[in-house]
Amino acid sequence: MKKEDIPQDDGALNKLTKEIVYAVDSNGKYTTELSTGWEVKTKALDVAWNEIEQRIANAKQKVLNNEASPLLYFIELRLMEIGIVSAYTGFWKWTIKKHLKPEVFKKLSEEKLKKYADAFNVTVEELKTMNVHED
Amino acid sequence: MKTEFKHLQAAHCENGVTTNLLRTVGVENMTEPMTFGIGAGLFYVLLPFLKINNGPAIAFRTMPGLIFKRTCNALEIPVFRKKFSSKESGKRFLDECLERGQAVGCQVGVYYLTYFPKEYRFHFNAHNMIVFGKEDGRYLISDPVMETVTSLSDYELERVRFAKGPFAPRGQIYYPKESKIITDEVMRKAIVTGIKKNVFHMIKIPGTVVGVNAIADTGKKIKKWRDKLGQQKAGLYLAQLVRMQEEIGTGGGGFRYIYAAFLQQAHAFLPKDELLEISKTFTQAGDIWRNAAVQAAGIYKGRIGSQADFDVMGDYLLQISEIEKNAFKALSKIKWNS
Repeated sequence: MKKEDIPQDDGALNKLTKEIVYAVDSNGKYTTELSTGWEVKTKALDVAWNEIEQRIANAKQKVLNNEASPLLYFIELRLMEIGIVSAYTGFWKWTIKKHLKPEVFKKLSEEKLKKYADAFNVTVEELKTMNVHED
Repeated sequence: MKTEFKHLQAAHCENGVTTNLLRTVGVENMTEPMTFGIGAGLFYVLLPFLKINNGPAIAFRTMPGLIFKRTCNALEIPVFRKKFSSKESGKRFLDECLERGQAVGCQVGVYYLTYFPKEYRFHFNAHNMIVFGKEDGRYLISDPVMETVTSLSDYELERVRFAKGPFAPRGQIYYPKESKIITDEVMRKAIVTGIKKNVFHMIKIPGTVVGVNAIADTGKKIKKWRDKLGQQKAGLYLAQLVRMQEEIGTGGGGFRYIYAAFLQQAHAFLPKDELLEISKTFTQAGDIWRNAAVQAAGIYKGRIGSQADFDVMGDYLLQISEIEKNAFKALSKIKWNS
């Protein structure tokens, strides 16, 4: 890539920093230049987030339909999977799978709910109601 | 307390941390491309069966931690690395390092990395940063992908150092143990070692999981994605490929430009004109990776999406595989001693 071809589009990272890109100058020598972003990858990230938002919405609907416990919603909301939840809470994966059932979830002790709430960075009340107040 | 430290921005986090740490121990002319090349950082892997964020698991660079390790080994600089079983011992150790003026590399997760924009905060646990001091109760952070240094509170740093999930950093700290004057002779040896290692990883490993074979294999698979996965999911997969290839920390073109820059810089130590020619080939490979990304974007934006469009996409990767195979073959044929 030639230096003058380095894209300077808008990107999510742009709020934080410009990034370094390697490209050749007019003598064919490599140099670095700052870039504000590239539309192609901004869009790739958008695609990923649209998918995530879709998954969160689907999970929420399932919880409202009483097909899953709120854990499912928070797993999607926090971009986790059962393995990561297991690592943060210390629960076995199969235990978490059990807790994904609404009727099992309803009987969980305050202590266990607290563990989940901490893993998802919410309060127990928020965990139960899916009403999250983000900072 | 503040250690002697100069922040230099890099395209890739581990390159940047390695380069900046090496500069603190006397390897003052170290650059990001030299670190990447000597650390044999260029790679390609498509892990079958494994999914990351519900898409294919693809990487354009070598396993986390290896660039630092290989580069230091090649330069004959002993390395210190430690993981911690508790947050308390991890913090205590870090504070002791800073107390005695030692800037350290830290592996961290980005999900809770407060200064990152939300869009980038996935459960990715192989980000690297340098902690180089503590002032007014905040740790001074040099994140190599950023233009300037920043800071984190005790809690914020603890949370990212002890993030959980795949590649959990477990507070990992690393740094080069000794100051050293690197002679041109050592540098030349390290460059050759790095190139040979990279040749091996890209063209000598049998199978289709890693190296140029894996690039070709991905190309063949992409041609089938439209039928097999459906338009939407195929688009999602392509977006994931582009993100791995072009996201922060790649330098663009799936690290190929950084490798091309390395070969040019290597030429200053080892005046083999083949290096300059092969550098151009890697630039060409990087350019085609970018063309492929544009094609992929056409598909995931829904502008194009016929089977012919997927075929074009797949063919780009087949072409890249061929170009990179020849480039690495040419590298393997260089007679270093003559």
